[in-house]
Amino acid sequence: MPTIAEIFETMEYGPAPESPDPAKAWLEEHGRRFGHFIAGDWTDPADDQLFESRCPADDTLLAHVAQGTPAEVSQAVAAARESFPEWAGLDGHRRARHLYALARGVQKHARLFAVLESMDNGKPIRESRDLDIPLVARHFYHHAGWAQVLDREFPGRPPLGVAAQVIPWNFPLLMMAWKVAPALAAGNTVVLKPAEHTPLTALLFAELARETGLPAGVLNVVTGDSRTGEALVSHDDVDKVAFTGSTEVGRRIREATAGSGKALSLELGGKSPFLVYDDADLDSVVEGVVDAIWFNQGQVCCAGSRILVQEGVAETLERKLRNRMETLRMGHPLDKAVDMGAIVAPVQLERIASLVEQGRREGAHIWQPSWAMPEDGLFYPPTLCTDVAPAGTLARVEIFGPVVALMTFRTPDESVALANNTRYGLAASVWTEDVNLALDIAPRIKAGTVWVNCTNLFDAASGFGGYRESGYGREGGREGMEEYLGARRDPEAEAVPSTGSRTGSAPAGGIGRDSDGAPGGAASEDPDARSSGIAAEGVGVDRTVKLLIGGRQRRPDGDQGLVVVNPAGDPVGVVARGNRKDVRNAVEAARKAAAGWQEAPAHLRAQILYYLAENLELRRHELAHRLSEHTGVPPDWAHREVDLSLRRLFDYAAWADKWDGRVHATPFRNVTLAMHEPVGVLGMVASPDAPLLGLVSIVAPALALGNTVVAVPSERYPLVTGDLIQLVETSDLPAGAVNLVTGRPGEVVPTLADHDDVDGIWYFGGDEALAREVELRSTGNLKRCWVDRDAARRWASPVEGAGHAFLQAATQVKNVWVPYGA
Amino acid sequence: MPGHENPMFPGVASKAGDHPNPGFLARSGSPAMPFHSLGENEFMPDTRERGSGWGRVDVRPPADPSGRNPGIPLDMDRVGTIRLNRSALERRATTLGTRRSVKKEWQAAWLLRALTLMDLTTLSGDDTPGTVRRLCAKARNPLRPDLLDGLEVRELTPTVAAVCVYHSFVAVAVESLEGSSIPVAAVSTAFPHGLAPLSTRLAEIRASVEAGAREIDVVINRMHVLTGDWEALYDEVRAFRDACGEAHLKTILATGELATLTNVARASAVCMMAGSDFIKTSTGKETENATLPVGLAMVRQIRAYAEGTGHRVGFKPAGGIRTARQALTWLILMKEELGDAWLTPELFRFGASSLLGDLERQLEHHLTGRYSAFHRHPMA
Repeated sequence: MPTIAEIFETMEYGPAPESPDPAKAWLEEHGRRFGHFIAGDWTDPADDQLFESRCPADDTLLAHVAQGTPAEVSQAVAAARESFPEWAGLDGHRRARHLYALARGVQKHARLFAVLESMDNGKPIRESRDLDIPLVARHFYHHAGWAQVLDREFPGRPPLGVAAQVIPWNFPLLMMAWKVAPALAAGNTVVLKPAEHTPLTALLFAELARETGLPAGVLNVVTGDSRTGEALVSHDDVDKVAFTGSTEVGRRIREATAGSGKALSLELGGKSPFLVYDDADLDSVVEGVVDAIWFNQGQVCCAGSRILVQEGVAETLERKLRNRMETLRMGHPLDKAVDMGAIVAPVQLERIASLVEQGRREGAHIWQPSWAMPEDGLFYPPTLCTDVAPAGTLARVEIFGPVVALMTFRTPDESVALANNTRYGLAASVWTEDVNLALDIAPRIKAGTVWVNCTNLFDAASGFGGYRESGYGREGGREGMEEYLGARRDPEAEAVPSTGSRTGSAPAGGIGRDSDGAPGGAASEDPDARSSGIAAEGVGVDRTVKLLIGGRQRRPDGDQGLVVVNPAGDPVGVVARGNRKDVRNAVEAARKAAAGWQEAPAHLRAQILYYLAENLELRRHELAHRLSEHTGVPPDWAHREVDLSLRRLFDYAAWADKWDGRVHATPFRNVTLAMHEPVGVLGMVASPDAPLLGLVSIVAPALALGNTVVAVPSERYPLVTGDLIQLVETSDLPAGAVNLVTGRPGEVVPTLADHDDVDGIWYFGGDEALAREVELRSTGNLKRCWVDRDAARRWASPVEGAGHAFLQAATQVKNVWVPYGA
Repeated sequence: MPGHENPMFPGVASKAGDHPNPGFLARSGSPAMPFHSLGENEFMPDTRERGSGWGRVDVRPPADPSGRNPGIPLDMDRVGTIRLNRSALERRATTLGTRRSVKKEWQAAWLLRALTLMDLTTLSGDDTPGTVRRLCAKARNPLRPDLLDGLEVRELTPTVAAVCVYHSFVAVAVESLEGSSIPVAAVSTAFPHGLAPLSTRLAEIRASVEAGAREIDVVINRMHVLTGDWEALYDEVRAFRDACGEAHLKTILATGELATLTNVARASAVCMMAGSDFIKTSTGKETENATLPVGLAMVRQIRAYAEGTGHRVGFKPAGGIRTARQALTWLILMKEELGDAWLTPELFRFGASSLLGDLERQLEHHLTGRYSAFHRHPMA
């Protein structure tokens, strides 16, 4: 050891070790061997079921943990199910007390949690001590509050039931808190599967939960690898699945849960842009980069891994970054004076190294600081990559390591284009001293979180989650609570008169045979031709309804029509038989209209909805008459359906400028703007119940909030399309904002669900197989699905057929953090 | 260390040994550093990448042979582009003391270093020759001999970096410190408000230099900053510099009265352009003293100035620094932001008086393991 006199000269930092003793003592208490935590107790795993959890910094064995089997998963789910009624039935205040006790418990054991986390994961003790653990406690405090006010803030919203939660290894305890706290606050019970590399703090937390008196079975922890996770998310008795991890696994979970009726939230990968404009405080930008990509060794889903810098300051920034990288310190995670610790596991280290190598082969310039790394343990140096093209691996693939790519732009528009040139949309960081520029850029970036002049700030009061393939759902804040609450039901709701349309095989009216498929195999005919066999004698002029695409009536691409019959089986009209290409064209039209419609003032959107209502009123009687004639509902109901549809239009015209975002109360000197943004292009399949009301009830909220729509009218009464076309054409709605594609659901709906430029899809079509297919096919771009499996939605009810659920689904929350200070 | 290139700024030679009092610290070469520490020779940024921004490295003027900052013409383009983001600086400031930690022997060594970086100061209205003599005696022997022995640092003969007094006491301080090589610094230019006529202020500087002060701590006229009159500020500090002659110019910005960090940074840049050898945060008489965000704002300008001109300017936080803990955080700030060269009295000073007592106590605690008391250490 150097003498004081020597250190006086060198002014080195020296070692500053945090003691591992508390964690070791806890591990020893358990004989370094853990079963699952089920129904308030530890299971006793067989020896051959155990696997090791090791410290990545020095490869020491920490403990043996159990590989959860499907039987054990079932056991845990059963425990959660059993405890659910009592937990859900507790008064919110009682649940608040439990969450409060958990928050206090985390604080009381903060040091143990922090040390154990750093040993298990490899992250620097400074981070686990100053960021992870305090945020965990904060999350439970915040959600104790939600439990307390739940019945008033979310009236009539029941918990979902048993929540299956699968979490990653990068912030083991924090991700657990993000999942467990809202689930418990809302009254759900939980089965949690921590990551195989980092199960220990979740087990410690389970023990804490028991200590604080959380009822047995409310929180269960099953350890294991992906097989355990798979058994859990696909378990039949699970009502809700929440997952944080890779986009690839998120897709698999979407597939595994398709058609199951399970609610799903996914927080997935990212390749988040870090935008630096030429007026930014570059020294602060450099520290921002440190926090963006070298925080937690870059193993952060929202890591700012793509620096986009304005050309004029690129060289300066690059030089400053290199200088800063030379002063980063890497070492054992329990050293209190290191910036970077170890990579979680060998497999991850190999992945990082191989991706960087691939980038190098593609021509990127790779720069790493000159200092030597620790000789033992899993370490990877901070890495700056330049000469990276937008097509390069380093610019596109999520590396999940301390590797950042630096690229340049010339103008604000170009910066936005580059920032959005990714499948992901988790977060972004915007650095400029110009408030005009910052507030111009933030809304244009496709990301769930935008940090202005800061990065990687988190708080329980602000929802976190992605756009695009970074997943859906939010964690934290009011928006996060939504993910654990079921739909509000209306006990007073009036049912739509039954015409036997939904059940039974009796013909109930709707789409029948192809217009050119006459018995005898007649040749294909133009749908405009009056030879469909329904040219009514003396009733009036034949109605042959076309598609509405891009503001124009279009003949279907296949030049085919479909005969629509009434419940008596008599043909009453012909609609176009849309096909794949028609769907494609409709989506293109909707995409083209999206930017303009989103930017249109809410007041204007409201005016147009009112105008639609006005025009609907003019057609009230004829529409009601046709509804009644063609679908067999009583005339007074048909009138009522038209009137309710008009009310819906008024409803959403009213909401257009009232579904405001919020300013979250995060504990920093900043404003956290929870902005409500439209989802984008929404595909929609209308309910066969109430063919007009059901369609208006989904299209109107989407339009009101700035989405553009490709809607598939109900197959039961697609002729309503003709009336809607006339409404749309006379109501100043911009071309492409609404597109209507009739056809056989089995043909058009899968194409819509497949389409990678559709941002979300709402399916109310009532066909369970098709509902499942919609969810299965949504995985390509991970579009947001709202699939109503419950055929009992009563559209006439203002609670079930309208309101917050619709507004919620038509919106995604973007949280923009704007710290300030002169 | 001498002869090594500065890690932050290749081409800028370390100026250890250039101090007017080279004898006050004995230096030796650096022993090998652990893997995670910054070896000076390892840190050689690729110079091909340099050269944008303020001044190109390849055209910058050579360092003044005296090691002093000769200043440069006022560069208004540069001043105008300086904008700091307060919240970002505050976040960095908050984590400076949590990202780094020095323990045990390292902590003792760092505290000892802090002691040698002090401008031991008395600036009270009731100062007398007697109190100043006592201060000077303490400056010569800041640590009890038994502590020096216990720490095994007697041969370093640590003293404080300077003694800082009002003009009236320069002569008595110089006399009291004779033979010690500890310089006397005088606060000047109508300290602390700086609002006397310029001729009066310049005369005060000359008088202090005449009386033997080797360092002059001047205060700027805050009005120039608050009204954005950078030419006036530049001209005034230039005039101070000229009046100093051989004495080093330490310019107090009175940051607590400059309102914004951007003002602090711009004032820092202008004062360096005008030839300040040191820039200093506060008089100690403002309601807000030296804060870490202000420190960051200033040292980052020092870094930019060194990168742009090759001249190294010192930094002196003053006011409110009373504890060993605070002193360590400031040293961490300097090491992190500017590098080891700025941990020497040539480029870094603490303006403090009560800090010394806490350093003594903590050093004693290091040796005995028992918490110490102020009265166990000789007072100043």
